[in-house]
Amino acid sequence: MNLWNRLMCYSRRRSPWLFHMNGGSCNGCDIELIASLTPRYDAEQLGVRLEGSPRHADILCITGPITHNAVGAIKTVYDQVLGPKAVVAIGSCPATTNVFIDSRTLDGPLSRHIPVDVFVPGCPPRPDAIIQGIAKAAEILSERAARKLPTAPVVMPLVGPGCGGACACSNATEAKAEEVQP
Amino acid sequence: MNLTTALARLLIFPGLLFAVPAAWFILWIERKAVALMQGRIGPPFMQPFFDFIKLLGKGTPPRDGIGGMLMRAWPLIAVSSAAGAVALLPVLPSSGGFEGDLILLLALLELPSMCIIAAGFSSRSIFGEIGSAREAVLSVSYNVVFLLAIVSIAASQHTFRLEALAQLPASPLRWLGVLALLVCLPAKLHLNPFSLPNAEQEIYSGPMTEYAGPELAMWELSHGLEWVAATGLVATLAAPHVMFGWLAILIFVALSFGIVLLLSVVASATARLAIDTTVRFYWQVTLIFAVLAISSALFMRLRS
Repeated sequence: MNLWNRLMCYSRRRSPWLFHMNGGSCNGCDIELIASLTPRYDAEQLGVRLEGSPRHADILCITGPITHNAVGAIKTVYDQVLGPKAVVAIGSCPATTNVFIDSRTLDGPLSRHIPVDVFVPGCPPRPDAIIQGIAKAAEILSERAARKLPTAPVVMPLVGPGCGGACACSNATEAKAEEVQP
Repeated sequence: MNLTTALARLLIFPGLLFAVPAAWFILWIERKAVALMQGRIGPPFMQPFFDFIKLLGKGTPPRDGIGGMLMRAWPLIAVSSAAGAVALLPVLPSSGGFEGDLILLLALLELPSMCIIAAGFSSRSIFGEIGSAREAVLSVSYNVVFLLAIVSIAASQHTFRLEALAQLPASPLRWLGVLALLVCLPAKLHLNPFSLPNAEQEIYSGPMTEYAGPELAMWELSHGLEWVAATGLVATLAAPHVMFGWLAILIFVALSFGIVLLLSVVASATARLAIDTTVRFYWQVTLIFAVLAISSALFMRLRS
C-alpha cells in the first residue's frame, strides 16, 4: 500500500459524514443521534458532521422499523450516497423490527433491502453507543477502501439498559433497567 | 516587476503554497471557535485536511451533456479565481510581483459567488435553485455597501493601486471603510447571521446539494480561499505599514486570524436572519453608513 492510499484510508477513518434517515422510527433513536452531536458527547471530535444532502455523506444512519412507505425512499437515498459508503442501523427496530414485529404496515428489517454494516442495538441506544457504532463504520469504510473485500455486518455490544423507555415495552422492562444501571 | 517574483507571489507567498494550508487552518479555526462557544471540544487540528483528502477519494455521480460539463467547471473556476485573489494581496512591501489593482481583486473576489449562483441553477435541484436565488439577492444587497466602502477608501487616498494603498498612512476615513467591509464579510462568507444560501435546516446545502466527491472538495477549498482573500484584504487595509518583510508578514497573519476569530464568534453567537430582514439590514442600515463614507471621501477630495 503506497503513501497516498494509506493517507486516504486514514482520512476516511477520521472524517465520517453522516446522513440521517428515518424509516418510520418513533423518533427516540433520532433524538439520541442528535444528542451524540451535542456538547455532552461531541461526536465532532471524531470528525463527524451531519450533512443535509446524501451526496455529501459517507455513512447512512437509518432508524425505525422500515415501513412500506419508507422502502422506496431508503433505496433511493442509498443509491444517492456515493461510494465508498457504509450503513449504520441505529436502534433495535431496523435490526429486528422490535416491538412492531408482524405489523402489516412494516416491510422490515432493514437488511432485506440494503446491505447493513453496523447494527447498534438498544431502544433507544445511548449516544455513546451510537458514536461507537459510527466509529466502527468509519473503520469498515477505510478497510473496505484498502482491500475491497465485502465485510460481514458487525453487531455492536449493548451499552447500558436494553430499554430506555421510549417505546411500548417500557413498562415491561423498567424494573430490569433499573437493576442494570449502577 | 520581474517574472520570478511574480511567480513566487502566485505560487508561494501569499499564493497557493501559503493560501491552501491557511484556508484549511481558517476553516479549522471557524469550526473550533463555534465548538468552544458551544462548550464542546471540537474537531482535531487536521480535520479540514482529512475532509479534503477523503472527498478527493469519493465518487461523483454520472453527469452528461452541457449541464454536466458546466457543473464540473464551476468549482474549478471558483478555486482558481479565489487563489488569484489571494495572490494579489500586497503583503510584502517590496515592489515587484503581480501589479494588480483593487478593481481586479474585487472582480476575483466576486467570481466565486457568481460561480455558486450558476452552480446552483445548473444542478437543477430545487434546493440548489432556492439557494442560488438567495445568494443572488444577498450578493446584490451586500455588494453595494462593499463596493462603496472600497471606493470611499480609494477616493480618500487618491489611488486604486493596492500596493500604494497598503503603503499610505491610514486616514480616519479608511477606518470607516474597513468597518463597512467588516460588516459585509459575514454575508460574503455565508456566516451565521446571513448564512442564507447554505441554510442547512431549510434547504439542505443550497447550491452544493448535488455536488459530491472531488467537486465538493473544490468548493470547500474555494470557500477557504475566499476566507483567506477577504480577511486578507481587510487585514491589508487595516495593517500599519512596516518596512521589514517578516514583520509585515507576521502582522498580516495575526490580523487575518484576529478577524477570523471575530467573525466565528459572531457567527456562533447569532441566529440566521430571514432573507427580507437581511436585505433590509444592508439596504437601510448599512447603506447609510457607506454613503456617509463615500460622500465625506469625495468632499475631502474636492477640498484638497
